[in-house]
Amino acid sequence: MALLELNDVSVRFQTDDGPVQAVDRVSWSLDSGEVLAVVGESGCGKSVSAMSVVRLLPPSAKVSGEARFDGRDLLGARDSELRAVRGREISFIFQEPMTSLNPALTVGRQIGEVLRRHLGMSGAQARDRTLELLDLVGIPAPQRRVGEYPHQLSGGMRQRVMIAMALACDPKVLIADEPTTALDVTIQAGILDLLRDVRERLGTAIVLITHDLGVVADIADRVVVMYAGRKVEEAPVHELFAHPQHPYTVGLLAALPQASNGSGRRRLQEIPGIVPSLPEPPRACTFAPRCPRADDRSRSEEPPLGEVRPDHLVACFHPGEEPWPEGWRS
Amino acid sequence: MSDPTLEVTDLRMHFPLSGRLGRAGAVVHAVDGVSFTVAPGEVLGLVGESGSGKSTVGNCIMRLLEPTAGTIRLKGKDITHLSRSQLRPLRREMHMVFQDPYSSLNPRMTNGAAVGEPLRLHGIAQGKDLERRVAELFDQVGLNPDLRHRYPHELSGGQRQRIGLARSLSVRPSLLIADEPVSALDVSVQAAILNLLTDLQHDLGFACLFITHDLSIVEYFCDRVIVMYLGRIVETGTREQIFASPQHPYTQALLSAAMTPDPDVQRGRQRITLEGDLPSPIDLPAGCAFRTRCPLAHESLPKSEEEVPELRDVDGDGHLVACHLARHGRRVPRLGERVAPSTDRVAGR
Repeated sequence: MALLELNDVSVRFQTDDGPVQAVDRVSWSLDSGEVLAVVGESGCGKSVSAMSVVRLLPPSAKVSGEARFDGRDLLGARDSELRAVRGREISFIFQEPMTSLNPALTVGRQIGEVLRRHLGMSGAQARDRTLELLDLVGIPAPQRRVGEYPHQLSGGMRQRVMIAMALACDPKVLIADEPTTALDVTIQAGILDLLRDVRERLGTAIVLITHDLGVVADIADRVVVMYAGRKVEEAPVHELFAHPQHPYTVGLLAALPQASNGSGRRRLQEIPGIVPSLPEPPRACTFAPRCPRADDRSRSEEPPLGEVRPDHLVACFHPGEEPWPEGWRS
Repeated sequence: MSDPTLEVTDLRMHFPLSGRLGRAGAVVHAVDGVSFTVAPGEVLGLVGESGSGKSTVGNCIMRLLEPTAGTIRLKGKDITHLSRSQLRPLRREMHMVFQDPYSSLNPRMTNGAAVGEPLRLHGIAQGKDLERRVAELFDQVGLNPDLRHRYPHELSGGQRQRIGLARSLSVRPSLLIADEPVSALDVSVQAAILNLLTDLQHDLGFACLFITHDLSIVEYFCDRVIVMYLGRIVETGTREQIFASPQHPYTQALLSAAMTPDPDVQRGRQRITLEGDLPSPIDLPAGCAFRTRCPLAHESLPKSEEEVPELRDVDGDGHLVACHLARHGRRVPRLGERVAPSTDRVAGR
């Protein structure tokens, strides 16, 4: 049975410029110990869909659909029930650790607070457990680090503190929103190794929200590709990279710079046009205006998700891994 | 051979800390003795992580910062100590595009005025002629010329970066300094800007100093590569030399940490994990600045604690490495074989 499950979750925002459909009937499920990557470009709804699960959205957001954790309904849950899950059974790490840590509290105080509040530990217990956690996430000399403030730590160390805090209550699910985007390459590699280690040793399932297909290739088991609020493709990681089916995924992979061997640079795939901001979900493929394969049907009918290859879902009337026609422009 | 477009010799940029920060007399060594040249029409990639000093190098060349020491020559002319007015005619020769197209354009200037400004200030074009040249520039960077009358806030990030490029290239500079020009953009937009840069560079033939942290872009776009660590060059060579046979332990670690969008490749290779944090540029380690994190540090003791390693040509082919373990005819050992991946390390605790 799935540990965390989204069924047809939609999120609408009321903005000064009118309503925006940020997420449109997205479903995915996360099994125990699994790493699920939700990938897409800015504004595709990847973060909003994950944050909606635990209702960490501004009041202007209207969420519908169903989110279940361990069989329990989250969207309809009372605040008190939700608080018992949020931060305890489902915890979070964010892109910029400096803005999510309290600059006025020592590392020890911040982690200790989680332990005392959620698990009712005494001061001494919390201190011991904090040291254990810092050691677990690979922070050298934890005895010294507990007394330090966030500004005294490097970016990589701060992210490790965030992870230690997220793991404090031994959560079943960790939602990691661009956890390595603000970090240098060599530091990023260490954090990904740590997340892998956490999954293997503690069995924590991870939802990884990212725009970086390299990070996806490194750590994900399964991948959900989002575009303009909808899930357009889902497959196990090896399958997705070897046989991408949705023209958006195909284009995105070809857009990545790769080594040019000798004879000049290979042209990168451009995806002309921009991601639409949608007041209403259209009865059509949202990618059609930018798609080389779009036809009248794509423009008048919404492509349903279908299984085009084993365990590989695509929402497209013309799936296939062929590259885009050369020099195509919308 | 003609003069290089850009020649930087022993560039140093030290920032003294003020006493109020409690460390009077302390100095941040942002750039510490950097030398290189960029040939006409060449694309040189300057890579490094935060704190490597790569952007400071670019800012010194543009004279946005006054370098502490060293010389900068543009087409053979020493520009290191020129005054603002002496520098003005030379501003035509070098232009810069920045990472953030949101903050590098004047929000109160129309896009057309922004693109036309360098032409106007250098007295190259005015009136109807200026109008026409600006419209041509819009077309050249793939923007609808109607956008001339709009303002930057009405454009997407990719469009703004095109404005930045049009503005920089309007005066046909010999050198373009691009500081992380695509880092703030989504992948699909980044691809379009890189294609555009490739085309423009091919058509206009400018030399380019491309400053970035992204190794895949360097490998894709640059002819030659400089790798920096803590204000110094640790390795330099052609793209092939750096990517096919990286020598310096830092370069090896950096390349092994870069993400490849291919799960088989990405999971099949061994990652070299660096221990510890970047040392403070205020108290640079004596000797080799990388020794505090170097997996091979013990092999070069005590020399690595005493001497700053010089850039040496190992194979006599222009591939330079600043490591005590590299000397003529002897390469630095490959790291992958002897360093255990960090997962074992953590799990073994």
